[in-house]
Amino acid sequence: MRFVLDEDQRDFAGALESLLAGADTVAAARAWAEGETAPGLALWKRLADLGVLSLATDATPVEVALAFEALGRHVVPGPWIESAAYLPVALGREVEGVATVALPPHVPHALDADVADEVYVGSTPVTGVGERLTSVDRTRRLFRVEGGDGVDGGGGAEPSREAFDLAVLACAAELLGAGERVLADSVTYVKQRKQFGREIGSYQAVKHALADVRIALDFARPLVHGAALGEVDASAAKVACGDAAYLAARTGLQVHGAIGYTQEFDLSLWLGRIRALVTAWGTPDFHRGRLLQQLGAS
Amino acid sequence: MDLSLSESELAFQAEAREWLAANVPSEPLPSMDTEAGWKAHQEWEARLAEARWSVVSWPREYSGREASLVEWLVFEEEYYRAGAPGRVSQNGIFLLAPIIFDHGTKEQQDRFLPTMATGEKIWAQCWSEPEAGSDLAALRSTARRDDERGGWVLNGQKTWSSRAAFAHWGFGLFRSDAEAQRHAGLTYFLFPLDADGITVRPIAQLDGEAGFAEVFFEDVFVPDSDVLGAPGDGWRVAMSTAGNERGLSLRSPGRFCAAADRLVDLYRSTERPPAAAADRVVDAWVKAQAYRLYTWGTVTRLAAGGDMGAAGSVNKVFWSELDIALHETALDLLGPEAEVASPWLDGYTFSLSGPIYAGTNEIQRNIVAERILGLPREVRK
Ligand SMILES: Cc1cc2nc3c(=O)[nH]c(=O)nc-3n(C[C@H](O)[C@H](O)[C@H](O)COP(=O)(O)OP(=O)(O)OC[C@H]3O[C@@H](n4cnc5c(N)ncnc54)[C@H](O)[C@@H]3O)c2cc1C
Repeated sequence: MRFVLDEDQRDFAGALESLLAGADTVAAARAWAEGETAPGLALWKRLADLGVLSLATDATPVEVALAFEALGRHVVPGPWIESAAYLPVALGREVEGVATVALPPHVPHALDADVADEVYVGSTPVTGVGERLTSVDRTRRLFRVEGGDGVDGGGGAEPSREAFDLAVLACAAELLGAGERVLADSVTYVKQRKQFGREIGSYQAVKHALADVRIALDFARPLVHGAALGEVDASAAKVACGDAAYLAARTGLQVHGAIGYTQEFDLSLWLGRIRALVTAWGTPDFHRGRLLQQLGAS
Repeated sequence: MDLSLSESELAFQAEAREWLAANVPSEPLPSMDTEAGWKAHQEWEARLAEARWSVVSWPREYSGREASLVEWLVFEEEYYRAGAPGRVSQNGIFLLAPIIFDHGTKEQQDRFLPTMATGEKIWAQCWSEPEAGSDLAALRSTARRDDERGGWVLNGQKTWSSRAAFAHWGFGLFRSDAEAQRHAGLTYFLFPLDADGITVRPIAQLDGEAGFAEVFFEDVFVPDSDVLGAPGDGWRVAMSTAGNERGLSLRSPGRFCAAADRLVDLYRSTERPPAAAADRVVDAWVKAQAYRLYTWGTVTRLAAGGDMGAAGSVNKVFWSELDIALHETALDLLGPEAEVASPWLDGYTFSLSGPIYAGTNEIQRNIVAERILGLPREVRK
């Protein structure tokens, strides 16, 4: 019984963190949103070199979760859940380059299909990519895809349960990382912003709101690691991380005031990412339903 | 990362499970806040002690099994899964005993621990006062030095003392240095609740039963041998229990996991559950699992020499809110029957006190914000 990261896992997380912290991921994300994908693809290559694309096939779900927490913390753009979690398991092989997937009804559109070398619907490759849709997360370039022939009519079936679950875990971990980042940046901000002659972080209403975010994230993390070890279902992690990250986003925006409501301020990137991921890879309602069923209660 | 139990932990688990299955009363005991229930709970403690299950983490010489933290947690999980009675001795064995082990003399350990382990002597925590609730350091009860008799004379009033209505001994803080301010000049005393000069007045709680009491002190003599730690050092000594109360020991995850499982059963057996109930049942179950896993993380860190620190405050807010949400959901499932006396209703009423005792949740959020997030401290007078 040792429910903490072991040394190799800490080293891996540390290496990823230092790569991302020095990579100006915010600039890459902003450029990606504008259709300039070169910085994001350069980052993609560096992360691939570090082994992120082979975690699903060569490492354990714990490493996958660690990687996605870091991606969320640094709001890295691109179809990572698709390329590094879902597809390697669904296809039974590592993805070369950039790949994406749509999986109706849970993942109705293909993320970054214009950038991807391969586009799938379920496990079936497709060639035609349809209209581009605008996401609440401007870094998520969504595309309609035609020809979901291989998928059973979008009736709610999960083409590959194992692949889907790893994607759900990755999505939960990404939410966790994004929530942690919003909390950290909000704490920094409220310590420095003054109103009525005092730091706003000295006001109890602000403190308690941020304390609640700390508590929610602290109890979401063990579900991510527990799901990675197969102790609980990935749905439990997704529900808890979605709630905690969303609380972080709402609270983070509130304590920033109007500056947080601007696109120019970097907080906006995480607000969009969190809102998008809350309903990505299975809505909270879907995951709660799945848990209820497992409990034999539906 | 590894969540599996070792051979010896599995053997310990199997032994606990087997004993509990054979010994847990089939009918729930009456409330421990009634005379009959009190006696029944004391008898249960004696039975646990006889089989060495009352204080598993204590040293063998004091009837323990020297259980590791992992084993302790395993035992707690089994205990609540088996539906075993609440622990009438909990304030003694979980809050006071760690302090006696750390700060008590050998003589005190030998005198107090054995009867605490068997439940023969039940202890009550006497910290709060009418003017000192959240602000415990504002306490006014005094201890006056009596060199002639070799001890101290206590005066003042304590209140909200759980189980003091029936308990045998109390532990509490008194101001032993009239000149000192706030946290300084406090001393930690142990006293029999039937001592000359002590009056205990039971207070009926929301459910109508005398779950706590006021305790009045009028020139109560306490010998030096019943001072815990050094005179004047009471705050430091007492604060070493605060972490226990908020964190690990008072609310082991087994309680919530067992309650969440019962909630799922209740949902399954409810013919037409309210539409909104399904999500709340799932959330309660998920949170109980989160609490269980979180606690495994805490135990791993503690076993590696870390301490609980302010994380106890994160813990306390979470379990107390979970407990209320879980019971509210159960009442919603019971529909119009919810108002009728039942174990769910008892559990609900008790859960309502969770955000108040052991340091209110507002105080815990202050601690999380200041000590974990590093936000500026409250302006205090
Ligand atoms: C069931 C139960 C069992 C108990 N058992 C024991 C026991 O065994 N022994 C014992 O000594 N005590 C016991 N207590 C008492 C408990 O410790 C106190 O109730 C608690 O410390 C709060 O004090 P108070 O009730 O005086 O409330 P107050 O301190 O008067 O607080 C009232 C409200 O004001 C808020 N508040 C106060 N200060 C602040 C602040 N700085 N910032 C924000 N909000 C603030 C509180 O959070 C609360 O909501 C028990 C209480 C209950 C309900």
